[in-house]
Amino acid sequence: MHETEILLAVVVATLRAATPLMIAGFGELIAERSGVLNLGVEGMMLMGASVGFIGTVATGSPILGFVAAMLAGAALALVFGVLTLSLMANQVATGLALTIFGVGFSALVGVGWIGTPLQGIATDIWPGLSKASPMVQQLMLLDPVVWLAILLPFIAQRFIYRTRAGLILRAVGESHDVAHALGYSVLRIRYLAVLFGGAMSGLAGAYLSLAYTPMWSDNMVAGRGWIALALVVFSTWKPLWLAIGSLLFGFVTIAQFQAEALGLDVSPHLLAMLPYLATIVVLVLISRDATRLKLNAPAALGRPFHATA
Amino acid sequence: MRLSLEARAKPARIMVWASPLIAAVGSIIGVSILFAVLGRDPLAALNILFVAPLETIDGLAELGLKATPLLLCAIGIAVGCRAEVWNIGAEGQFTIGAICGGGVALAFGGNDSWWLLPVMLLAGIAGGMAWAAIPAFLKTRFNAHEILTTLMLTYVSIQLLGYLVHGPWKDPQGYSFPQTRQFEADALLPMLIEGTRLHIGVVFALASVPLGSILLGRTMLGFQIRTVGAAPAAARYAGFSRNRIVWVCLLLSGGMAGLAGICEVAGPDGQLTPVISPGYGFAAIIVAFLGRLNPIGILFSSALMALLYLGGEGLQVSMQLPIAVTGTIQGMLLFFLLAADVLINYRVRLKPSRAAAGATGHA
Amino acid sequence: MDARSLTPRLRLSGITKRYAATLANSDISLSIAPGEIHALLGENGAGKSTLVKIIYGVVRPDAGAIAWEGAPVEIADPNAARRLGVGMVFQHFSLFESLTVAENIALGLGASETIAELTVRIEEIARRYGLAVEPTRHVHHLSVGERQRVEIVRCLLQSPRLLIMDEPTSVLTPQEAEGLFDVLRRLSDEGCSVLYISHKLEEIKALCEHATVLRAGRVVGECDPRVSTEQQMAELMIGGALPTAHRAAPLREGRPCLEVARLTLMSDEPFGTHLRDISFTLRDGEILGIAGVAGNGQKELLAALSGERRAPTAEAVRIGGVAAGLLGPAARRRLHQSFIPEERLGRGAVAEFPLRENALLTVYQAGFVRGGLIRFASVARYARDIITRFNVKAAGIDAAGSSLSGGNMQKFIVGREIGTNPRVLLAAHPTWGVDIGAAIAIRQALMDLAAAGSGVLVVSEDLAELFEISDYIAVLSGGRLSAPKRTHETTVEEVGLLMGGKMEAGAGPAVADAA
Repeated sequence: MHETEILLAVVVATLRAATPLMIAGFGELIAERSGVLNLGVEGMMLMGASVGFIGTVATGSPILGFVAAMLAGAALALVFGVLTLSLMANQVATGLALTIFGVGFSALVGVGWIGTPLQGIATDIWPGLSKASPMVQQLMLLDPVVWLAILLPFIAQRFIYRTRAGLILRAVGESHDVAHALGYSVLRIRYLAVLFGGAMSGLAGAYLSLAYTPMWSDNMVAGRGWIALALVVFSTWKPLWLAIGSLLFGFVTIAQFQAEALGLDVSPHLLAMLPYLATIVVLVLISRDATRLKLNAPAALGRPFHATA
Repeated sequence: MRLSLEARAKPARIMVWASPLIAAVGSIIGVSILFAVLGRDPLAALNILFVAPLETIDGLAELGLKATPLLLCAIGIAVGCRAEVWNIGAEGQFTIGAICGGGVALAFGGNDSWWLLPVMLLAGIAGGMAWAAIPAFLKTRFNAHEILTTLMLTYVSIQLLGYLVHGPWKDPQGYSFPQTRQFEADALLPMLIEGTRLHIGVVFALASVPLGSILLGRTMLGFQIRTVGAAPAAARYAGFSRNRIVWVCLLLSGGMAGLAGICEVAGPDGQLTPVISPGYGFAAIIVAFLGRLNPIGILFSSALMALLYLGGEGLQVSMQLPIAVTGTIQGMLLFFLLAADVLINYRVRLKPSRAAAGATGHA
Repeated sequence: MDARSLTPRLRLSGITKRYAATLANSDISLSIAPGEIHALLGENGAGKSTLVKIIYGVVRPDAGAIAWEGAPVEIADPNAARRLGVGMVFQHFSLFESLTVAENIALGLGASETIAELTVRIEEIARRYGLAVEPTRHVHHLSVGERQRVEIVRCLLQSPRLLIMDEPTSVLTPQEAEGLFDVLRRLSDEGCSVLYISHKLEEIKALCEHATVLRAGRVVGECDPRVSTEQQMAELMIGGALPTAHRAAPLREGRPCLEVARLTLMSDEPFGTHLRDISFTLRDGEILGIAGVAGNGQKELLAALSGERRAPTAEAVRIGGVAAGLLGPAARRRLHQSFIPEERLGRGAVAEFPLRENALLTVYQAGFVRGGLIRFASVARYARDIITRFNVKAAGIDAAGSSLSGGNMQKFIVGREIGTNPRVLLAAHPTWGVDIGAAIAIRQALMDLAAAGSGVLVVSEDLAELFEISDYIAVLSGGRLSAPKRTHETTVEEVGLLMGGKMEAGAGPAVADAA
């Protein structure tokens, strides 16, 4: 019984740690499928985290907080879109700028809110749960955002491969010139994908500050935006693989928790290195087959588009 | 009427240098709005930010002190960017350089050995190079993207520093503060101007400007670096090894960031603490772009960025503004620069709207 | 037939389009009757592509009017063009490699049909016109000919009343081209008009009823190609008498300068072609032409010869007798091999570099670097020599590569590669997309080099060019190379069959047997 409880706790903790990666990663996956490489995920997540936190404390409504966070993420993505899509700026440089700006601006916005207490968001969303067994209760006591993250890969899979909008998205990401020649508005589709990616990053950031560790502190996203970017590469732009990668990382992230459970005495600093080292390992494993990566990557990824008309 | 972009027949050379100025003006306007929103007098704030630090010798010395790591990191980053090798992890190489050089200082300091400082500097350079060699190896051997690997290694290096100053290297007499003991006097860089904190590191930084210019502009190696970046297929066709260029760029920028790191801890700091850099390694990316990836341009942009750091501290003291203002302005500056850069290759034209064009057609 | 002369299906009047510095179309008028196969004839850069993009709504004209079946229309975008009944088959196919045939067609239709319903309709149309396509296959598995059929099926599904074909045969074997003409004639009989863009005069004579000739963005003449001679049309097209290149020296037997023996190499590109058991010998003073439809291993063969890809063994490639299979491009250049690549900007030259630096790109081993420092004065002299010798039109050695026209950039690259007096020269599509004057100059340079004793290997899709300049012709198909044959002992038909993949048994012995 004791082992089952530990196992269950690990599963729940893994799911919670995987949620922000899954959500931000999925937003980026859509943007990259349209052919846009937005390296600003970290910055957009930070904006989402601070704005979502402030919104929730100010209004008392986590829902409004999440909406505000998504708008903040999308607003930053809009800046990225204007620069890279309309003004054809270098996507790598602009994405870095987005992150640098996001780190600074989120800290500026959130400066008065450090240390403000906040109750985590409600998790008892299933009626009649109190009658279930304690184990089921523990498993089902996940907040709605985690449930969203669990459903997301399946929704995404259907959207990308089974709908016309998904087909158009893949087409634009493969060749904007051909899509343009066929009469599709490349810029409009890319703007939508980038804005969606921003909103998802904002949501993922807000999850961190509202549910995962209900508080705001500078730079609290701590590289998760970059890990989400790496996971998109790892997934070879496939939603189900993104889910697997996120869970894997969720598991590594809670290493500290596991070490405690196992009674290991390791410096928290060394344990905190694990997700970053794991990212490198995963990246190496997936990148070594260059042909496979090229085969799956959206062919127009990172290339600017200027219609000569 | 609508705005439209029209490709120029050839890049406008004047815009290459005009665009940073446009970006600076745009940022000043943006920053003024920001101050007004924060309820501060924009003119007074701009004065503290950009003018006050330049009014004293001490301020100028501090400017040189802050420009030193920015200049060293940015020139290395810029050489890499010319080859499209994106070293985003200068902050990490800076940290490892500080750890390696600082380790030498802690181990051998206090003996008045003539070789101590040179060995510390070399250890710093070697540490930065070794840290950058990891992404170089992973990129050339396994095709792993350097943006992500250099960045992940930055997070690792910061945790490593945290581990050392909280653990094995912690000063036993430090009242349990997470920091090492102070370096001995022989392990500190000599000062250039008495009474200020400006140390000899600024000489290394200034020397890197002409050296970087010669490398990029006059040597075959620089030509290869530029070709790999501008047209990878042309570089392959010409027989330039991309892998070799990746190694050269990462080792060079890693070494320079490592040198910046050891100069920082052996200069003003004099010990290792959990936070040894206010984000110099990241700000250096902005410095590199603002300076057009050109060493001489970077000389100016690093001074501007150092001024922002100084002014940001001033705002914190006299206007109670958070230090995060600095980062916000830095990001804004880069946004405006990227936006203004469109003018290099395109001209903005007012075009009649679509319906109007059709009407002319039928006339 | 009378109806044709009454209301033209499409009438253009005064179409003008200007790009930054160039007038792409100037006051162009033409009309196409229902069921007519109308040729649009002109050199590269004459403005043909711009004009058809205007008709298809991809590009908007600055001035001029379009009338469709007598009524003035405005074609805002390709969707509008398709609604009118305009279909277009692009020169560079507008297909998405990673999607299936049916998905590609669905994207082009903009309809709300499911893929399953569409698949049925595709198969029906394909059967009716004898166009073999499989809806479920991924495009990257298809040959160029198959891809073109997909494009045509996509157009036919919309029951077009005007079909635009942009240089459709440049990627087909002569036999495949005949099959295409049958389909077009059938469409014409059914009342569909065809606008056929080409610069191949023999095709236009065989297919078209009316031709409009463009030069430098203007209409310079109209004719009935069934009546006019090829000579007359060519002179209209280039605006003067047709210059010719000529071979200066007679052929003589030389020593082998480039030997390839049983070269097999897997492609490292996702949709590339593997090279299989390739053998041939190039001798001093010879020009060997390699024909073939694009995508049959040309890229891969040239990469293996230039050293950009290493061969499995050193002996697979010998340059001047030295085993060079494992050497890189720089080392092969030291064995006096030069290479004119297919892509000019981005590979043969760097767009943002000045010509001074572009001259250095491949000749840096010829004494232009000392102690790691570039000797800019000598490089500048070399660049200036190329510009004078090959009559390159450029604003001087500081002009950026991107500021040159395609033909002038190519002349500069050819000059740079020939300027080091190579013993072996590899040339990929050396005259593709350049104007006739530059093409003649380039062919002449290749023949002069061979006459001076170097071996020249030319890969080209232009059979007329290969027959004009080569001593031997071999065909690359599906990654295999046929045995080189003496040019005067083979025919276009025979080469065409080989291009279509019909290799005779025992392909691949060395030239030595034939010589």
